[in-house]
Amino acid sequence: MRLFKRNPDPMGPLDYSRRFWLRATVGVTLFFLYAPIVGLIAFSFNDSRRNIVWRGFTTDYYVKLFNNESLMLAFGNSLTIAIFCTIFSTFLGALTAYVLWRFRFRGKAIYEGGMALPIVIPEICMGVAMMVFFARVGWPTGLPWPFNLSAITIAHIAFSFPFAAIVIRARLESFNRELAECARDLGASEFQVFRDVVVPHMKPGLIAGALLAFTLSLDDFVITFFTSGPDTVTFPVKIYSMVRFSVTPEVNAASTVLILLTLVVTAFALRMQNRNNMLSNAA
Amino acid sequence: MADQTLSDTPIIQIKNVTKIFGGNVKAVDNVDLEVRRGEFFALLGPSGCGKTTLLRMLAGFEVPTHGSIIVDGQEMSNVPPNKRPINMVFQSYAVFPHMSVEQNVAYGLKMDRRPAKEIKERVAEALDLVKLGHLGKRMPDEMSGGQRQRVALARALVKRPKVLLLDEPLSALDAKLREAMQLELVRLQKTVGITFVIVTHDQSEALSMANRIAVMNTGTVQQVAPPTTLYEMPKNRFVADFIGKINMIDGEATDAGNGEVRVKTSTLGEIKLKSTATGKVALAVRPEKIFVDEKQPTDPSLVYVKGKVGEVAYFGSYSNVFFDIGTGTPLQADISNVSSDIEEFTFKTGEEYWVYWRKADTLVLGD
Repeated sequence: MRLFKRNPDPMGPLDYSRRFWLRATVGVTLFFLYAPIVGLIAFSFNDSRRNIVWRGFTTDYYVKLFNNESLMLAFGNSLTIAIFCTIFSTFLGALTAYVLWRFRFRGKAIYEGGMALPIVIPEICMGVAMMVFFARVGWPTGLPWPFNLSAITIAHIAFSFPFAAIVIRARLESFNRELAECARDLGASEFQVFRDVVVPHMKPGLIAGALLAFTLSLDDFVITFFTSGPDTVTFPVKIYSMVRFSVTPEVNAASTVLILLTLVVTAFALRMQNRNNMLSNAA
Repeated sequence: MADQTLSDTPIIQIKNVTKIFGGNVKAVDNVDLEVRRGEFFALLGPSGCGKTTLLRMLAGFEVPTHGSIIVDGQEMSNVPPNKRPINMVFQSYAVFPHMSVEQNVAYGLKMDRRPAKEIKERVAEALDLVKLGHLGKRMPDEMSGGQRQRVALARALVKRPKVLLLDEPLSALDAKLREAMQLELVRLQKTVGITFVIVTHDQSEALSMANRIAVMNTGTVQQVAPPTTLYEMPKNRFVADFIGKINMIDGEATDAGNGEVRVKTSTLGEIKLKSTATGKVALAVRPEKIFVDEKQPTDPSLVYVKGKVGEVAYFGSYSNVFFDIGTGTPLQADISNVSSDIEEFTFKTGEEYWVYWRKADTLVLGD
């Protein structure tokens, strides 16, 4: 075994990869991180009603999944909410970040702290607060699709836009203010400066912020649970209700689809970000 | 004749301009300045002297606390930067990283809503002017620092401003490129005929490029003059000390009538010199105007004193020699190495010489 063989070279202080305990720790960590996910995906192909023993390979549950109307409806709801949440959170986050970066005003520190509050508040509290809020203001229910999702969407925007704002704000820190002054000097109005110079620089932050908002919204359970009604079930809430009856390979299949979707979106966003980074590094 | 009067009217008038930051920091203190049409004007001073603040007020990024700025007869104090007939080359060049060279140069014209055909022609013309005609399609990250600066220059000049402002334009370039760029800027300024106002802390840069220089310190203008006047006839201690090397000997001056003063110093005795400064003054003389001799000079038009050789630095064409003349600070002289006889120009520590210079080369400087 390569792992236990003595290497003829003496070990240097920075040869971390050659220390047994270090390798072991990394190995165990990776195992606990990924084994459940790999298991989940593997058992989505299990040919069995109950999800305990392997009974052979099948893709039946994927077919069943796509024929499960209420699950597909929940999936559609989740995607719709996530897309709206992404658009609004990125937009709000970008404006918030720009205001905090560009201007000095009274109570700025309080505003900045207050804005980040939804990040630190326990989700359960946010959920209860949202539920009470919508009940108190008498938010209309039973509206036609997609307006029946408005309460959940608003709740999602409320907790995901601070994440977007923080990511975009961090990106703005590296902006050379002379670029903005230069554009102004060349005849651009305040808005044209924002559109032509600031936004192109923000782009990687916008993509990262949008991605964060999308994934946060897509897999949120707690807050959604408190704000969803009987006809506005989202994907995670639906899976939870399915699991309460029994863990069938169908649940595994649904989760696999969700994982795949997140992976594709993340890979796409990372690609975009890399390209943009290469462009803006010249600044 | 009509042209003559036109070129005599100043393009920029800065009148009693003061800028106070945060309620109590006076960055610019009651500055009065005029920049003439078609001039290469330099604002020179140590860091924190207010020269950049003054430039930013010209560009419109800062609003004067008091006073007014008039450009080509128009009051500018409340005109935003995008509406001024002035463009600026920034210290970091500020080339837009997501636009190609052509797009960078075209940006200002697009903001002015010029027709596409005109933009194309003027961009090509501007790029040719800065010798980047063949690199229009490049992105900024594919260019060197010097090339990016040319992009910044073309981008500002393409708008045909009445005044071009340059904020420390050469500070980010290496020494060799800097010298080439100095010549290039002078050539460019002559070609386009636009008034250039440059901010710099490098005196040699200002002396070699500018027609006139304003020396600034602690927010005030100390002297405005052509480079030669600034060097040969500095108005006060600060200017004399900031520009080039100079020896100063403290003394007391009293009026002797006829535009002359009698200056009393501890080492040189009493000397009558042309000046009007009285009270505590400094006698100043540039190191290259000092000569040495073994015999005591007798010419009454000379100032002379006995000095003992201290440190000597050899620079090839001249030697920088420090003479101890009995004041606290040694007198430094740049002695030209006019002979190839090594013995003749070698100064040995401890040797005594008569050090002398012409009275006409002696400056009497007040504070």
